[in-house]
Amino acid sequence: MPELTLDGRALRVAEGTSVAAALALAGDGCTRTSVSGQRRAPLCGMGICQECRVSIDGRRRLACQTLCRDGMQVETRA
Amino acid sequence: MTQGLAADVIVVGAGIIGAACAQALARRGLDVLVLDAGLPGATAAGMGHLLVLDDNPAELALSQYSLQRWRDIARNLPEGCAYRSNGTLWLAANAEEMAVAEHKHANLRAHGVICQLVGAPRLCEREPLLREGLEGGLLIEDDGILYAPATARWMLDQPRIRQRQARVAEVDGARVRLDDGQWLAATAVVLANGIQATELCPELPIQPKKGHLLITDRYPGQVTHTLVELGYVTSAHNASGPSAACNIQPRPTGQLFIGASRQFGTTDPQVEGWMLARMLKRATEYVPALAQLNAIRAWTGFRAASPDGLPLVGQHPQRPGLWLAVGHEGLGVTTAPATADLLVAQLFDEHPPLAAQAYLPQRFLGEPTHA
Repeated sequence: MPELTLDGRALRVAEGTSVAAALALAGDGCTRTSVSGQRRAPLCGMGICQECRVSIDGRRRLACQTLCRDGMQVETRA
Repeated sequence: MTQGLAADVIVVGAGIIGAACAQALARRGLDVLVLDAGLPGATAAGMGHLLVLDDNPAELALSQYSLQRWRDIARNLPEGCAYRSNGTLWLAANAEEMAVAEHKHANLRAHGVICQLVGAPRLCEREPLLREGLEGGLLIEDDGILYAPATARWMLDQPRIRQRQARVAEVDGARVRLDDGQWLAATAVVLANGIQATELCPELPIQPKKGHLLITDRYPGQVTHTLVELGYVTSAHNASGPSAACNIQPRPTGQLFIGASRQFGTTDPQVEGWMLARMLKRATEYVPALAQLNAIRAWTGFRAASPDGLPLVGQHPQRPGLWLAVGHEGLGVTTAPATADLLVAQLFDEHPPLAAQAYLPQRFLGEPTHA
C-alpha cells in the first residue's frame, strides 16, 4: 500500500493505483491549472491527450501513465 | 455590389494571406466572400514568426515593409493573437556563420533595420540556455511573433466579409465552381489557397514543402528571443533533400515552439519520427536543456513554395479576373499585410506602396495574352 503526498496531504492507496486515480479519490480530480486559470483533469486515460500533466517529485509527468509509489510528492498547483 | 454576383470579390483560402487580402478589400468598401475548404495548409500549422529576411532585395523589401505594417496592426490586435515583439537572435555556430551574421548585419543596417551583433561572451547572458562555444549571433530587435490562426480569424471578422466552408473545384476568371456544381461569380477572384492553388491552376509553379513542428509543456521565462541558427538560411533555401534547422520560439504561455524541417515531394501530413528526431536533435545542439523538457504535441504543415522563394501577387496574365496571392513559402505570416497592400493597389490600379515587379506572376507565367 504505497503512501504518497498529494498537494501536501498524505494519502495511502492500493498497489497499482495510477496517480490519475489517486487524484480522483482524494483531490479535486485535477492535475494542473491551465494558462487561462482553469483546472484541468485527465481525459483520454491512455497517455495520448497530455491533459493530465502533473508535477511528480518536481518533474512533469502524465498522471494516467504513472503508478503511485511510496514517498511520491504530487503537486497539482505547482 | 453588382446584381447577380455572389460578392464584389471572392477570396479562395482563409489562411493568413486570404484573410489579410479580404480585410484590405473590405476596408475599401467591397463586399467579400471568403471560401475555405478546411484543408491543411500553412497558417494553422506554422510558427507565426514575424521576421525580416534578406536573401535578396525583393525579399527584404517585402518583409521589412510588412513588419512595419504588423507593428501598426498590432496596436489593434486582440490579446488572443499573442503578438509579441521579442526579437530574433540568429545564432552563428562557427566563424563562417559569424561572417554571414556580419554581412547580414551590414546589409540590414544599411536598410534601416535595427539590429546588433552579439559576441560569444554576451550570447549566454542574453540566452542562458544556449550551449557554450557558439561563435556569436545577430539580434534583430523588431522581429516578433503572433498566433496566426487567431489573427486570420480576427482579420475576417468584418461586416463586409462573409465566410463559407466550401471547396472550389474550378476557377474561370472571375468566377468559381464549387464541388457541389454551383457557380459563384464576382468582379474578381483572389486565389490565396497555398499548396492547393495548383489543383485549380496547374500552371502555377508551387511546390509543397513539408514542415514538422513540436510544442513543449509550459516552462516560462527560460527563452526570450526566437532562436534561429544561421545555417537556416542555407538549409532552408539551398537544400533539395530533407533538412532541419534549429528554430526555437518562446510562446507567451511559457511553452517552447520548435521547428524547423523541410521535406519535398510529399503531401502526407503524417508526423515522421525520423524527421522529427532529426529536427529535435538539431535544436538540442543549440539548447541542450530542451532534452529535459516534455513535449505535448507534434504536427506538420505545408509551405507553398515558388521557385525563387518570392510570392506571386497580381493578376494571372492569362486568366483575366483571377488574381493570385500564393507561393509565400515559410514567410506568409510575415508578408501577409504587404501582400494585401500590393494586391489591393493593383486591383484598384493605384501606385503600390512598394515596387510590385519582383512579385508579379508574369515572371513564371509569361506576359498577358489579352490586350
